[in-house]
Amino acid sequence: MKAFWHLVGRDLLLAWREGGAIGVALGFYLVVVTMLPLGLGPDLNLLSRIAPGLLWVALLLATLLSLGRLFEMDFEDGSLEVLATGPLPLEAVAVAKSLAHWLTTGIPLTVMAPVLGLLLNLPLEAYGVLVGTMLAGTPAVSFIGAIGGALTLRARRGGVLIALLMLPLFVPTLQFGIEAVSAALTGSGGFMPAFLILVAISLASVVLAPLAAAVALRFQLQ
Amino acid sequence: MKLIGEKLCAKRGGRVLFAKLSFTVDSGRALLAIGPNGAGKTTLLRMLAGFLRPEAGQVRLEGGDADASIAEQCHYVGHANAVKPSLTVAENAAFWSGFLGGAADRLEVALNTFGLAALRDIPAGYLSAGQRRRAGLMRLLLAERPVWLLDEPTTSLDETAQKVLAGAVNQHLSGGGLVVAATHLPLAFDRAQELPVGLSAAAVA
Amino acid sequence: MQTFTQRLANPTRFMELSARLLPWMAFLACVLIAVGLVMAFTAPLDYQQGHAAKIMYVHVPAAWLSMLAYAMVAASSFGLLVFRHPLADVSAKSAALIGVVFTFVCLVTGSLWGKPMWGAFWSWDPRLTAELVLFFLYLGLIALRSSVEDEALAANLTAVLGIVGIVILPVIHYSVYWNSIHQPPSLSFGWPKIHPSLLWPLVTMTAGMQALFVALYLKAMRNEILRRRVKALRLTEVQVAAGLAEPAE
Repeated sequence: MKAFWHLVGRDLLLAWREGGAIGVALGFYLVVVTMLPLGLGPDLNLLSRIAPGLLWVALLLATLLSLGRLFEMDFEDGSLEVLATGPLPLEAVAVAKSLAHWLTTGIPLTVMAPVLGLLLNLPLEAYGVLVGTMLAGTPAVSFIGAIGGALTLRARRGGVLIALLMLPLFVPTLQFGIEAVSAALTGSGGFMPAFLILVAISLASVVLAPLAAAVALRFQLQ
Repeated sequence: MKLIGEKLCAKRGGRVLFAKLSFTVDSGRALLAIGPNGAGKTTLLRMLAGFLRPEAGQVRLEGGDADASIAEQCHYVGHANAVKPSLTVAENAAFWSGFLGGAADRLEVALNTFGLAALRDIPAGYLSAGQRRRAGLMRLLLAERPVWLLDEPTTSLDETAQKVLAGAVNQHLSGGGLVVAATHLPLAFDRAQELPVGLSAAAVA
Repeated sequence: MQTFTQRLANPTRFMELSARLLPWMAFLACVLIAVGLVMAFTAPLDYQQGHAAKIMYVHVPAAWLSMLAYAMVAASSFGLLVFRHPLADVSAKSAALIGVVFTFVCLVTGSLWGKPMWGAFWSWDPRLTAELVLFFLYLGLIALRSSVEDEALAANLTAVLGIVGIVILPVIHYSVYWNSIHQPPSLSFGWPKIHPSLLWPLVTMTAGMQALFVALYLKAMRNEILRRRVKALRLTEVQVAAGLAEPAE
C-alpha cells in the first residue's frame, strides 16, 4: 500500500513539475468551448440548451490529449520495467496511475467547466449539477482511458489511434453525463437515475479497466 | 540460491534468437551473457525478469522466496535509466527507495557510492549521460534484492564509474547475491563465467 | 480425446477441412441469396413504405451478421488470451474484417431506408447509433492491429480491445436506448409478429447471407494462414542466407 501511494505521489509531483500537460488540457478545453459559439452563432437560447453536451464533449476531447502520455513516459524511460518488478501487481500500478491522471486532469477540467458554462449561458441552477456529474463521471474517463494509453504504447500514430479506440468506450459515460445535466435542467425527474448509472459506470471502470490495462501493459513489456 | 535457465528458446518477430540455452548461476557468481548485437542478450535478461515467457524451457530460482516471483526478487537495469528528468537526483532515489521498499538509510549510501551526493538537489535532466546512468544504477543499492539483472551496465560510464560499479557488484556477490549481465565489453566482475548467446553460439557450443 | 476445437486448432487440418467446406458454403450462399431475392421481390408490397421496404432484406441480415461477427471476434480474442489457441488470432482478424464490411452495409442500407421513412439520410435512432458505435469499435480493432509493427504483439493487444469491447457493448446499447421511445425490434429472435409472406423471404435472405458470411470467413482465414506461411518461409530464407539456420525441407 505504501508503494501505491508513493507512485500516486510521484505522478502528482511530476504533473506539478512538468505542468504542461494540465495547461494544454485546460487550454484546449477553453479553445473548443469558445470556438463552438463562434461557429454556431450567438443565439443564447440555443447555446444554453446545448451547453451540457458541449461541455461534456469538449471535456472528453481535452482528456484524450493527455491519455497517450499516461504510460508513455514511464515506458520510454524504463520506469515501467522497474514498476513491473516492484511489490505492486501491474493492476495496482494501473490504478495508481489512473487515479493520478484523474486528480491532475479530470479534477482541473471539472473545476474549469462552470467558468466555460458562463460563456455558453448555462442556467445558474445547473452549475452544481454540472460539477457533480463531472466529478462522478470523470473517473470513468481516466480509468477507461488508461486502457487506451496502455494499448497504444508501441503503436505508430498513437495520438489519432487513441481517439478512435476511446470514442466507442466513452459513449456510455458521455450519454449519461449529458443526460443527467439536461434532466436536471428540464426538471424531468430523470436526473437521479442517470446520475446513479454514471456513478455505477465510474465504479465499474475503476474496478475493471485496470485489469485490461494491466494485461495490455504486460504485452507491451514483452 | 541458484538461478537456473533450462533449454531456453526465444523468438522475436518469428525469428529464432537462441534455442536450448541452459545455464546455472549460483549465489556469489556472476554470469556474463556475451554475443553480437541482436543475439538476444536483452531478450534473455527480460526473460529472466519475467517480462517475457520463454518459447520453450523454463527459468527457476531455487532457494529464493517461494511466495515471490523472480521479478520481485530482482533488480532490472535496462538500457533506459528509469530516471525522471524533472525530479532531482535525491527525489528519484527517494521514490524508487519508497516504491521498492528499501530502508531509508541506504539512500545516503547509494548516493555516496555512485558519487551523486553533490548533485542530489539537481534535477536529473541537467545530468550528463554518464551521471544519469549512475543515477539509474544507484537503484541497485536502494533496496536489497538477491538477483541483479544488468543490461549493458557500463554504457556511457567513465573508467572511475566502471570501477565503482564493479565494486558494488563484487560486494553484492560476496554478500551471496547473484548477477546476470549482458555485455559486449569486458566487465571486471569477480567470479564471472561467460555465456555465449545467439544461434551461432549455440551451434558452436 | 480431443475436443472439436482442439482438432480444428491444427492449421493443416483446418486447411484441409475448409478446402472441402468452402465450395459448398459458397454454392449454398449463391442459391439461398438468389432464391431469397426472388422471394423478396415477389413478396407483397408494404402498404406504407412501398418498394423502399425491400431494403430490409439486406439490412436486417447485415445487422445480425455485424453483431455475430463481433461475438466471434470476442470469442476468438478470449481463445487467444486464455488458451493461446493457434488459430484464434487468425479467426479474430478475419471476423473483424468481415464484420466491419457487414456493419458498413448495415449502416448504408439503414441510411438509404431512412431517407423515405424519416426524410433524412441519417436519424440518430438508437439502433443506428449503436450500429455506428459498433462500426467505430471495428475500425479501432483494425487500426490498432495495423499500427503495431510486431504481429504477435498486435494480435495480443487487439484481443484485449476485443474483449473490452464485448464487455462495454451492452452498456453502450443500454445508454443509446436510454432516452428513446422504445420501439419493438423488427426481427427479434423469438418469432416476430410479421406476416409470413414477408417473413419467409427475410429468413431465406438471412440464411443466405449467413452462408455467405461463413464462406467469406473461411476464405479470409485461409488467406491469412497462407500469408503467415509465406512470411515464415521468407524469414527462414533470410536466416539460411545469414548461415543461422538449416534450409527447410
